[in-house]
Amino acid sequence: MKLTNLGYLIKEGIRGIFLHGFMSLAAVVVTVACLLIVGSFSCLVYNVNVMVEDLNKTNEVLAFVDDSLTDAEARSIGTVINQIPNVHKAEFVHRDKAWESFVEDHGNDPAFDGVDPKTTIRHRFVVTLEDNELMKETAAQLESITGIDKVNAAYEIARGFSTIKNVLHIASVAVIGVLLVVSLLIISNTVKLAMYDRKDEIAIMKMVGATNGFIRLPFVVEGFVLGMVGAMIAFFLEWAMYNALVEKLTVVDTLHLFSFVPFTQPELMQTMVATFVAAGLFVGVVGSWTSIRKFMDV
Amino acid sequence: MIAFSDVTKSYSVGTHALRGVSMQIEDGEFAFLVGPSGSGKSTIIKLITGELKPTSGTVHVNGYSLERIRRREIPYLRRTVGVVFQDFRLIDTKSVYDNVAFAMRAIGAREREIRERVPYILELVGLENKSRRHPTELSGGEQQRLAIARALVNNPSTIIADEPTGNLDPARSLEIMSLLQEINNLGTTMLVVTHERDLVERFGKRVIAIDEGLVVHDGTDGYYRL
Repeated sequence: MKLTNLGYLIKEGIRGIFLHGFMSLAAVVVTVACLLIVGSFSCLVYNVNVMVEDLNKTNEVLAFVDDSLTDAEARSIGTVINQIPNVHKAEFVHRDKAWESFVEDHGNDPAFDGVDPKTTIRHRFVVTLEDNELMKETAAQLESITGIDKVNAAYEIARGFSTIKNVLHIASVAVIGVLLVVSLLIISNTVKLAMYDRKDEIAIMKMVGATNGFIRLPFVVEGFVLGMVGAMIAFFLEWAMYNALVEKLTVVDTLHLFSFVPFTQPELMQTMVATFVAAGLFVGVVGSWTSIRKFMDV
Repeated sequence: MIAFSDVTKSYSVGTHALRGVSMQIEDGEFAFLVGPSGSGKSTIIKLITGELKPTSGTVHVNGYSLERIRRREIPYLRRTVGVVFQDFRLIDTKSVYDNVAFAMRAIGAREREIRERVPYILELVGLENKSRRHPTELSGGEQQRLAIARALVNNPSTIIADEPTGNLDPARSLEIMSLLQEINNLGTTMLVVTHERDLVERFGKRVIAIDEGLVVHDGTDGYYRL
């Protein structure tokens, strides 16, 4: 194929969109519908993931300080703890403060009458981690610090969160994958119908000696444009729907059980743009490329 | 040149369309291919245009060996063979000019070449005043002229006309056949598939008759018997 024909072929692809307006509209509508489903599910997965992450961060490790250390010596261990790579934050809690909150929780329990906090309660560090999957290793590192007597870590809870995250990840990949394949099949079928409409044109091109690449390119351009238009419409619709839904849920959710990431948050925005562009390109280009194969055997 | 040597073609359903066809059509020759329905004429056309490969034997068309041609060479073979069909196969959404230009664009011709060549070809087939019309606005004879123009525009060395007068009245049929003869006079090899005995006899050209997958007559006396 000569480079000088490229302009003509691209023009033909775009002309085809308007020439077969109804089929083009059908392809865009189907793309929008499919991408909205994929996008909504991606948003849901993203938010659930963020919520699980937030919950996971509340799972703290307690590092108890040796009784024999003075207050100043105990506080100074914080510097060492903060140097452990997986430590997000280490907050020193004085034994008096710890006792206060203990009394707050169990104040009316007669079993603790006459207990001396100085001999019962120790200074401690409340440590939050960057990655709770490494809790066991980090706890071991904490235990090895001189001045740390004992470490309490809820490995089971950390493992539970990790499992939830992994299951969510696998499920989301599987569902998005299935939705994409379904979208591709629907788009492919729609493009196939559009091509059926033009099978005579393709046959004539083959008959006069057009190469397969020459025949394909306008259809691929058409698929690309339709895919991108569908992706753009779906993206803005998703944005509007997401905002409306979050607004409604915020009103309903008086207990603030859920926290939704705003659509404009850079990471979510980038994820959504990438998802829509990739999915639009994929269904448009791959859809038209695979559908035309059937009509090339003339 | 088109050369068939002991060509057989069997389809997977068990039909033996050709059973040892040998024939040769020289460059610049005019030949009629005649035979009843199901005799193997369409198979011969499909073999010439590379739509099919022979089961055995050899087929040479304008320098290409069809029994071992590679898929990506087929478009280049087809550029040497123009095909005209009974049902014209025009694109109704394109003008007369664009139907012809389309064939040139399909092989990657430059716009300048297209602007020069298309009017010349339309004049050759007598459609120079109808270039802005659409196929549906043309008569049957004119549509077939347009189909011939499209087959001719890429300057193929051979034209295969498959029942080109099948949808036309006798007067228009004669016009089309005369046009094909004129084109042949300019040096293009012409193979015309037809059922019309009157036309065949009137033009007195070479006749290759096929029946049940075999060449049963090959002569230049314009007469054939089936």
